[in-house]
Amino acid sequence: MNDMQFLTWVRGTGLDIAVSIFVLGVLWRLFEIYSLGRKPDLAAPRSTPGASGWNTVFRRSVPPPGMVKRSPVSYIGGYVFHIGLAIVVFLFAPHILLVENLTGLSWPGLPSQFVDLAAVVTMAAMVVVLFDRINKPVKRYLSTFGDWFTWTLTFLPVLTGWMAVQHLVLPYTTMLALHILSVELLLIFLPFTKLFHAFTVFGSRWYIGKINGHKGVVV
Amino acid sequence: MSASLEKGIRVLKEVIDAPMASYFSSCVHCGLCAEACLFYTETGDPKYTPIHKLEPLRRLYEQEYTLLGRLGKLVGLSKPVTDDELEEWKELVYNSCTLCGRCSAVCPVGNDIVYMVRKFREGMSASGHAPEGIIGAVNRTVTIGSPMGVKLPAVKAQMKHVEEDYGLPIPLDAEGAEYMVMLSSMEIINFPEYLAAIAKIMHQAGKTWTLCSTAFEATNAGMQIGNSDLAKLLVMRIVDGAEKLKVKTVISPECGHAYSALRWEGANLIGRPFTFKVQHIIEVLGEFQELGLLKTEGFETDKLTFHDPCQLARRGGVIKQQRNLMNMIAKDFVEMPDAGYMNWCCGGGGGASAIEEGEELRMEAFKKKKSQLDAVKPDRLVTACANCRIVLEEGLEHYQMDIPVLGLTELIAEHIPDQTSAKGA
Repeated sequence: MNDMQFLTWVRGTGLDIAVSIFVLGVLWRLFEIYSLGRKPDLAAPRSTPGASGWNTVFRRSVPPPGMVKRSPVSYIGGYVFHIGLAIVVFLFAPHILLVENLTGLSWPGLPSQFVDLAAVVTMAAMVVVLFDRINKPVKRYLSTFGDWFTWTLTFLPVLTGWMAVQHLVLPYTTMLALHILSVELLLIFLPFTKLFHAFTVFGSRWYIGKINGHKGVVV
Repeated sequence: MSASLEKGIRVLKEVIDAPMASYFSSCVHCGLCAEACLFYTETGDPKYTPIHKLEPLRRLYEQEYTLLGRLGKLVGLSKPVTDDELEEWKELVYNSCTLCGRCSAVCPVGNDIVYMVRKFREGMSASGHAPEGIIGAVNRTVTIGSPMGVKLPAVKAQMKHVEEDYGLPIPLDAEGAEYMVMLSSMEIINFPEYLAAIAKIMHQAGKTWTLCSTAFEATNAGMQIGNSDLAKLLVMRIVDGAEKLKVKTVISPECGHAYSALRWEGANLIGRPFTFKVQHIIEVLGEFQELGLLKTEGFETDKLTFHDPCQLARRGGVIKQQRNLMNMIAKDFVEMPDAGYMNWCCGGGGGASAIEEGEELRMEAFKKKKSQLDAVKPDRLVTACANCRIVLEEGLEHYQMDIPVLGLTELIAEHIPDQTSAKGA
């Protein structure tokens, strides 16, 4: 298989397989989790402004007082790489073009130099949080194979995408094919690893907000 | 009631629900919950990371309720939960967790960790891995009626003392009273001032109230150990008493978990809504204050601070009332760092204070409270939970800090003008 055939495969069959597993996986996991349901709360509710599921979905994006100081790398590193990923994934013109070709939906992107910078900053932040995971006793203690694996799954698409754009190390065609392949691996594993928090984070925040909101507690 | 691993696993499978599945699926191992837990911050031992305290439960969830986990179990890839493991986890689930809920307050993905620990205890208890200290309290509750072994004659004796000392009647089993007042064993034995305070406060407010001879004990060891059947039985005693006396409101005493058990878990335990209201005494006082039914005179002039009981503030949503009440009677009321919603636990909630072998760890964790107190250097410390009060006193004594601890209700009552000769109760 030469470079071109490799690229054709990842763009065709490979993508089909990955997207299918991703979509079915996400639907299955969401069903598997949320179909468990929960018992209704029979305690007399107390209503307090701001105590609700939806409020907490948004509120939890802001660190509680004093916590940034206790774990600055988690918060600052976490914000930087999440926002960075969002910029790189959704605001890079070729990505938007891909979505437009697939769905017809389109939105304005950012200049490629800016996205380039965002990619570098994202990778730097990811390396820092990885170092923190190795270095901090609690994170190291909690870490399993899944944590190192998902870090790699997330890092590779950013790295290969950036290298493809920069024409580094390998010919563009090969690097682009590797980039797409790494994204496909990410899609395949996302529903079955901790990366699935990208979906469940909303449900979890809603539940904690709702359950405590019933008590009039703003969480 | 025989406990076994099979029973424990069955109970755990029953308590796993959608929120829990969502929480376990959302955890990214960021470790921020550790930074919110005083057992971690004061010891630096990562095993006290709150989410780690749930590891056996998480694995069971994965093995039983996820496709990949079930496959893994089929081909023998996953480690089953064993008795030895649960025994090892006993310290993490009971001794080093007071159900304070600080971890739940900081989790960035919104995992309600304390919600899960509370449910995990159901399985721990059913599989026979609850600590001796709490089992003892449970047994006394079942056989005698209260965790500290207090019986009705002890309550009656105290009623008599208060009536003699203050000249105020203490009604017992008065049908149709507006309020039914609950006590905690701790108050009956250690803090008789509480009952006197209630008598004065109700007398001034002109409210009818009563104690109930079949339901005076508010604490709920069933909730602490994690035995819903027992917790239900204890709640039912109170419900029966309240419905028999046809009261409008049942008042939970200055006891954090008693309030949670009755106010938030009670109706769910018995499977139907209550026909009466449940309020913590601090909520009642706050309401009286707002309505002008609580009139005090004079001020405390020394420096006072307030320790928020976790179950009242963070877990119960009562935060403003105690501050308004403090300001009503104190000239120099200062707040500790993190006071209110994010206050740090005394270290002995959720049954932890009943665990003898957990004392050393509790004292270690108390360094957090010490640092909060060192920051404001109060002359006296006020709280609204008899268990916090005992744990605070122990901790203060251990660190040779001379700070008296008192209950807010009795402090308020001290400022109520003497009016025994006025109108009757």
